[in-house]
Amino acid sequence: MPALKDVKNKITAVKKTKQITKAMNMVASAKLRGAQARIERFRPYADKFYEMLGELAKGADPSVHPLLEAREEVKTVLLVVITSDRGLCGAFNHNIASAALKLAKTKAAEGKTVKVLCVGRKGRDVFRRTEFEIVAAYVNEMSSFDFSLASRIGSEVIGGYVGGAYDEVTMAFGKFVSLARQEATLLPVLPLSPAEAGEVAAEPAGPKAEYLYEPSVEGLLAELLPRFINVQIYRGLLDTSASEHAARMRSMDNATRNCDDLVSSLTLVYNKARQAAITKELMDIVGGSEALKG
Amino acid sequence: MAKTLAVEIVTPDRLVLGQEADSVTMSGVAGEFTVLPLHIPFLSALAIGTVVIRRAGAAKSVFVSGGFADVTADRVLILAEAAELPEEIDAERARKARERAEARLAVQHREDVDFTRAKAALQRALLRLKLHGSSGKGLGGVSAGLAR
Repeated sequence: MPALKDVKNKITAVKKTKQITKAMNMVASAKLRGAQARIERFRPYADKFYEMLGELAKGADPSVHPLLEAREEVKTVLLVVITSDRGLCGAFNHNIASAALKLAKTKAAEGKTVKVLCVGRKGRDVFRRTEFEIVAAYVNEMSSFDFSLASRIGSEVIGGYVGGAYDEVTMAFGKFVSLARQEATLLPVLPLSPAEAGEVAAEPAGPKAEYLYEPSVEGLLAELLPRFINVQIYRGLLDTSASEHAARMRSMDNATRNCDDLVSSLTLVYNKARQAAITKELMDIVGGSEALKG
Repeated sequence: MAKTLAVEIVTPDRLVLGQEADSVTMSGVAGEFTVLPLHIPFLSALAIGTVVIRRAGAAKSVFVSGGFADVTADRVLILAEAAELPEEIDAERARKARERAEARLAVQHREDVDFTRAKAALQRALLRLKLHGSSGKGLGGVSAGLAR
């Protein structure tokens, strides 16, 4: 039988842990609400953006802009891996990192050089232990980021792509499906295919009037396409952040429940030990008085 | 028949402004232009500049750091990466941005990418300051060219 005091200490410790996990759960749910609101606020921009791009890209020729052109020979692949900075959110970061790692290994097996751009500390920590080169890491940015982070990453990606440092860019992030479901998703970012962009744009009903363009279709595309990359990245960031909080909420909820289970089973042990101690004491007394009578 | 324009200025973070207007003046990459109701469908890239929205004699200016304008007969939609109403402009931040940009311009060579970037930053900062300074007075068109 374990010592009474030890069990009591253990129960107190578990109860304290439960308070922490409960608080973390509440913080995560508040942050999740914020992250979801940001996604909602971003939606009108993104929708209009896709619509505009779809309109323009319909008649565009792939050779019109370097970002649209698929390279014949793909030598270097860039992976943009978006994870969270903090742990304690279940398998969330692990899922994203392992999906990215799997792709990296496949590409490497095909004889391509794989480079990684990490957003979020957890992803960087995983890739630091692998042979793949990390070209840049944005750490401690996920807790408060805005569109400028997406544009910084975007301009780095686009600069590298246009300069020929990368021939293909894929983004790995945590897609926010619902409170209960977050999916590690791989999304090809570059080269852009206009068909894809057109597809994303939900086709508005009814025929549209011919547009007048300024400066020109090509000029507008040259402005829109790099921004499209930023929009994609921003979306990845927003989704990952919402997913992170949802995942943390769930795992903290589980942890709180586990604490409850642990407390009840420990209480049982405690009561048994207490009972045993009382019985033992009684036996001693009875034994002593019997001996005196003797 | 549409008599007014529904104007919306949208950034990735929020809807900056949505209102009815009689006319909208914007600085496109090819120069400043004004849109009236029943304009033919028109898509333009915008330069760093001010959007002036007029409604019943009153004018409202909004800072826009580049973006796109989608114009149809009864609607003007502006997509910008950043947009601010004059009273929202952080003058202190803009002043600091101006100093940084000026310092960089002093040392950079004209051909550098950084030079163009610093110049754009300076332009943004100056325009923000100008708009902030005149906030509340209700000003007319401010062209981006002034800030050079």
